[in-house]
Amino acid sequence: MGEFLQQLMNGLSLGSIYALIALGYTMVYGILRFINFAHGEVFMVGAFVGLWSAPAIADFFGGNLFIAGPVVILLAMVVCSILGVLNERIAYRPLRGKPTIIVLITAIGVSLFYQNFFQSVVGPEPRRFPDLIPQTRVLETDYLIVGSTPLVVIGTAFGLMWLLRFVVLHTKVGTAMRALSFNLQAARLMGINVDRVVAFTFVLGSALAAAAAILFASIYPSVHPLMGLFPGLKAFVAAVLGGIGNLPGAALGGLIIGVTETLVTGYVSATYRDAVAFTILILILLFRPTGLLGSTATEKV
Amino acid sequence: MKRIATALGVALMALATIQCGGGGDTATEADTIKIGAYLSLTGLTATFGVSTRHGVEMAVDEINAAGGINGRTIEIYFEDTQSKPEEAPSAVNKLIAAHNVSAIIGEIASSRTLAAAPIAQASGVPMVTPGSTNPQVTEVGDYIFRVCYIDPFQGEVLAKFIANSLGATRVAVLRDVKNDYSVGLAQYFTETFESLGGEIVANQAYSEGDADFKAQLTAIRGTDPEVIFVPGYYTESALIVKQARELNLNMPIVGGDGWDSSKLLEIGGDAMENTYFTNHYAADDTTAVVQQFVARYAERFDQSTPDAMAVLGYDAAKILFDAIRRAGSDDRTAIRDALAQTRDFPGVAGVTTIDENRNAKKSAVIIQVKDGALRYYETVNPD
Amino acid sequence: MLRKYWKAATLLGVVLVSLLISQVEGSFNQYIFQIVIYAGINIILAVSLNLINGHTGQFSLGHAGFMAIGAYTAAVLTRDVVGSWGMWIGFPVALIGGGLMAAVAGVVVGIPSLRLRGDYLAIVTLGFGEIIRVIIQNLDFVGGARGFAAIPKLTDFFWVFAIVGLVMWSLSNLVKSTYGKGFLAVRDDEIAAEAMGINTTRYKVTAFVTGAFFAGLAGGLYAHYVTYITPTQFSFILSIEHVMMVIVGGMGSNVGVAFAAVLLTVLKELLKLVPDLLWFLPEWLLRILENRMLLFSILLVVIMILRPQGLFGEGDWVRRWWRKLTGRGRKAEATA
Repeated sequence: MGEFLQQLMNGLSLGSIYALIALGYTMVYGILRFINFAHGEVFMVGAFVGLWSAPAIADFFGGNLFIAGPVVILLAMVVCSILGVLNERIAYRPLRGKPTIIVLITAIGVSLFYQNFFQSVVGPEPRRFPDLIPQTRVLETDYLIVGSTPLVVIGTAFGLMWLLRFVVLHTKVGTAMRALSFNLQAARLMGINVDRVVAFTFVLGSALAAAAAILFASIYPSVHPLMGLFPGLKAFVAAVLGGIGNLPGAALGGLIIGVTETLVTGYVSATYRDAVAFTILILILLFRPTGLLGSTATEKV
Repeated sequence: MKRIATALGVALMALATIQCGGGGDTATEADTIKIGAYLSLTGLTATFGVSTRHGVEMAVDEINAAGGINGRTIEIYFEDTQSKPEEAPSAVNKLIAAHNVSAIIGEIASSRTLAAAPIAQASGVPMVTPGSTNPQVTEVGDYIFRVCYIDPFQGEVLAKFIANSLGATRVAVLRDVKNDYSVGLAQYFTETFESLGGEIVANQAYSEGDADFKAQLTAIRGTDPEVIFVPGYYTESALIVKQARELNLNMPIVGGDGWDSSKLLEIGGDAMENTYFTNHYAADDTTAVVQQFVARYAERFDQSTPDAMAVLGYDAAKILFDAIRRAGSDDRTAIRDALAQTRDFPGVAGVTTIDENRNAKKSAVIIQVKDGALRYYETVNPD
Repeated sequence: MLRKYWKAATLLGVVLVSLLISQVEGSFNQYIFQIVIYAGINIILAVSLNLINGHTGQFSLGHAGFMAIGAYTAAVLTRDVVGSWGMWIGFPVALIGGGLMAAVAGVVVGIPSLRLRGDYLAIVTLGFGEIIRVIIQNLDFVGGARGFAAIPKLTDFFWVFAIVGLVMWSLSNLVKSTYGKGFLAVRDDEIAAEAMGINTTRYKVTAFVTGAFFAGLAGGLYAHYVTYITPTQFSFILSIEHVMMVIVGGMGSNVGVAFAAVLLTVLKELLKLVPDLLWFLPEWLLRILENRMLLFSILLVVIMILRPQGLFGEGDWVRRWWRKLTGRGRKAEATA
């Protein structure tokens, strides 16, 4: 039982990070109906921003991690938001309205570009991410050890998700985003500046990915150019599992994938770990393509 | 269309010119001996390739400064495998066909050496691998040699070390299933350890590139091992040790020669205390030959400490040059025969004798991480 | 009618010339020769993927998975079953065995394509490719992660280019036939095709099965050329390289895609010469120029934004340009 609780704890901290990344996928898909394959790479860049800025920021605040930690996260969020908007402006906007395949291939191209650019310029070797969260043991029994890191990660992730919910439900731009996801053309006719709202969607998604990256690197402190690939793919699966376009669904999907993966690794074998998410994806697409919380929609003819 | 066709034509011609250029050199420049090296200069295990290159370059410069071999200087060509097995054959083909080398040094990772060795064998070019420990490598044919020990020996050394020096009987294994080296070493370790009466209480797996090992480590904790054995590369191993300590797994953690990199302590930090791994040499070995090499290396490469790959690269090149000197020519078959006759060659990483299976018989060193530094612990000699 | 014979004769010619060249291949520069063999294998992969992605308008990101199945099956067959049957019987049996096994996987992957389209299908095929890799990694009798070593080197110029000829011939005939027009119909408008009585389900599965079969053949050729394979070689990056060839060649043009496969294979080797030729540039710039995937990714984005129909155009651009060049058949095209 103790071991199970420990595994659940491991799974929840991983899952809450997947959830944050999944939100970015699901928002973009909800509005533009395409998979932003490069989202995982925005995540990767976020981790590098943290890696490079954390020592200086920690120094500036005299090693006070309670201030330095949030500042590093904020900086990464700002940088990645700009990056997300640039991606949209340069690569995706010229293709709006084109067949999804073409946009998808472009997104894969953007993703490969970041991976290889960082491999060439920064180097492929993994680097150690500095400790941003004070390391203490919150709970320590024979079987269950809860450190400060997973708690901070889970707490921050849920805080950010709550913030996102507030933005989407209770602000003007959030209302516009929802309008776009219902019907982009109609929203445009209602006088909504579609380009601006789409850009804002990329800002939100990329900022969450950046925050997720700092949290991820704090638990698993190894930063390298390919680190976004698998978390990105799995977060996408989480978004589909929860019902793509559905925000609570993405959060739920992220937690489910994180916990399932951890349990399979712990109780079956890690060799099947990477197959778990894809198997879930195939099953869900075959038997409930709208996802757990998605509403059923008939395909338009 | 025309423009594209022209572009393609020009490209092919450029390629052909390079080819001819490479091939034509041999007849005119009889005063040099061409040696090729294919290494992972970029990619995931780039530190292996770069360190080896440093070692090889030092050996080449030394021999050329001393007037070369029988009056002929060594000319060395490097090819990058990008840390990918599928790039290795192409690199070796290029060394043989374009540069017409007399012998080849490389690779470190067994998977890449295995991919390229059949080409060297088929072309009759002797190949010396500095660091591939998988026994299959030299089984490819009689032109493939190595100057390091093999995994069955390393697995045996580790099993005996854990059973005797650490006095453990319950061991958990955490291996990298994407990595042939890790899977092989785990297997050889398990065979010896069980024959010594030990028990493998957990057999967990991970994949190269993973960052989260808590699920496996939590499962391992449930089996209450005395020692954890992690036969992987330094990148993941350091993270594994760090996460193990976070889960209160404070027992000794042991690894193989894949741990050897300056990155190990950088990534693992304080968590690396109370860990051990096998290696080919120890930088704090007090013998004169090691200390001289360490000093020369530091002088040349920005005050850095050579890792085992640098030492093995240096030794591999030196052993090859010794064979060329004894062969008295750059004839590939003569070099092969001379390599096979290598006996008691005094290298930096121990005395090397090439046995009838073209493997090196030499000792292994066990390194302990203590007070944030790598410390020589003991030497284990082959029977 | 005459053209039909002409095509068959071309095929026969290709096979005979390949056979002749294979008799003297030992005397070639092996480095150049290896590029030629890789180019041939890539033609098979790209043209077979073109049937799925180009002609039928599906989107597969799992071609490396089919290739892996073919490679491993053929390697197991030559090791355990047909090893003693000799090159002229044993090897083709092993290759076809690999192709058939990949075709079975093609059925499994093709079935979800009935319900999914576009980006979802791409992700599912990507997932399948990864699952295949994970499964092979866990199969001990093929060496698992340690890889499959000591595969006999049976692939030579003849086998590669005879199969290239066969693939080009059979796929271009398939697509041009009355039956084959169905693939294009599924691509252009699935609903309209269904309404016209075309069994879209069957066409999609046929495309996947045929494409997978040839990818399996290519995998077998690859395995018996490099003689050592590991599951990690068949990652999703490899699938992306195949997609890249289809896109550069122009989706739907077999000759164009074959041309692109050769171009990209040669380009990959040429990029290795960059440090030798441009030695005067700073090292960081060389590292960027050397990275072929970086160049490919930029190419991919630029092509998609500026020429989404492919670098050379959609459909059979080779024939169009040929006609333009020679002035022949212009009238036929004008009336069409």
